[in-house]
Amino acid sequence: MMILGLYNYWIVVALMMIGLYIVIAQGNLVKKIVGLNIFQTSVFIFYISLSKVDGGTAPILAEGISLYSNPLPHVLILTAIVVSLATTALGLALVVRIKEAYGSIEEEKIQMKDDQEC
Amino acid sequence: MTFLICVAVAIVRVKDLFAVAMLSGIYGLLSASLFITMDAVDVAFTEASVGAGISTLLMLTTVAMTGRTEHYVRHKPLLALLVVFVTGALLIYATLDMPYFGDVLAPANLHVAPRYIQDSMREIGVDNIVTSVLASYRAFDTFGEVVVIFTAGIGVLALLSFTRRPEDDAEISSDNISMHEQNMIVRIVSKILIPFILLFALYVQFHGDFGPGGGFQAGVIFAAAIILYAMLFGMGVARRAINQTFVQLFAAVGVLLYGMVGVASMLNGGNFLDYNVLSEDPVAGQHLGILIIELGVGIAVAMVVIIIFFNFADRIDISKHKADKKI
Repeated sequence: MMILGLYNYWIVVALMMIGLYIVIAQGNLVKKIVGLNIFQTSVFIFYISLSKVDGGTAPILAEGISLYSNPLPHVLILTAIVVSLATTALGLALVVRIKEAYGSIEEEKIQMKDDQEC
Repeated sequence: MTFLICVAVAIVRVKDLFAVAMLSGIYGLLSASLFITMDAVDVAFTEASVGAGISTLLMLTTVAMTGRTEHYVRHKPLLALLVVFVTGALLIYATLDMPYFGDVLAPANLHVAPRYIQDSMREIGVDNIVTSVLASYRAFDTFGEVVVIFTAGIGVLALLSFTRRPEDDAEISSDNISMHEQNMIVRIVSKILIPFILLFALYVQFHGDFGPGGGFQAGVIFAAAIILYAMLFGMGVARRAINQTFVQLFAAVGVLLYGMVGVASMLNGGNFLDYNVLSEDPVAGQHLGILIIELGVGIAVAMVVIIIFFNFADRIDISKHKADKKI
């Protein structure tokens, strides 16, 4: 029971850690942004799994149904997803500019170029 | 759910950035289906159009510009792994206190949510509770989100936009024409499909009160149709069909429309974004307010996504041109 009841959260934690690992350890900037996306999605899944109610249905009012899943996290995550699109787009735009300025999107090469200029 | 982990691990391992972008699309689609199984239809809708659609597309355009291989330098990942595992272990320890999945009596489900579920029909009169919370109870939050998206659009414009010379324009459009003859079938099929996609976007927009859907999703779908057109017929043609100044103007109009509803309700003697005063009957006022602000959200999101895509695509053309000239 405990394993089944908490399985969701463990998946969320695992995804979050994979995302964190990509952000810390990978040098490629595009991959870092993918990692950030994975991290974000894990938070989304966390919220949505909080809102799930056993035997409840989607929160659209209909006759004969009394149990709905919690609509509040849905609202929060709905807007968060669109904002995540905005941040991803902004991040990728920055990556494109970095590529143009440094000729590379690898962290170490950028660092090397910076050191040379100093 | 376990699939999600597999895809995520694959993203870590794969070096080819093109494959990474495609995998992140698969990841988005998987999480969307996961949201459906957890009864969050509105969220799944958004994630499918955003996570699996638009952000994958943006990643692909970036990869097209920055080169698809990753030069992997093996520096010590041990420290990173250690940090990750310690954090993970602490988080898992914390989950032991969490309520079980699907628990009706979980604290999160006891506080504000029952009020929304019980009273929203009487107060707002909209079937979809997510829409009524999004657009009415928490309209102020949503206004903030729309402004954030608008700001991101401005940011991308500031980072990537440029003034193009007319002779470049001519060269680019001649490139596009030669490309088109190869994709005849795709072109004709999508020509048939695009009106229906646009129609579907409008349906999602105005049906958000009764079923899943609303301004955010509709905006993204609408923009996807335009992007499909731009990809198949070339940026030159799309640019002639859709004026950039017009798009930028309307992104601002969308945000303003939302804000003006708030001001209008203030002028009618209510609080900011309090729709009850917009009409004689409070419920009718709520309907009107929700309809207008969803429209504002839809316009703003669609236009911002179009702005973002067009600027990325223009960059590709420019970087290609620079490469050509060097040769």
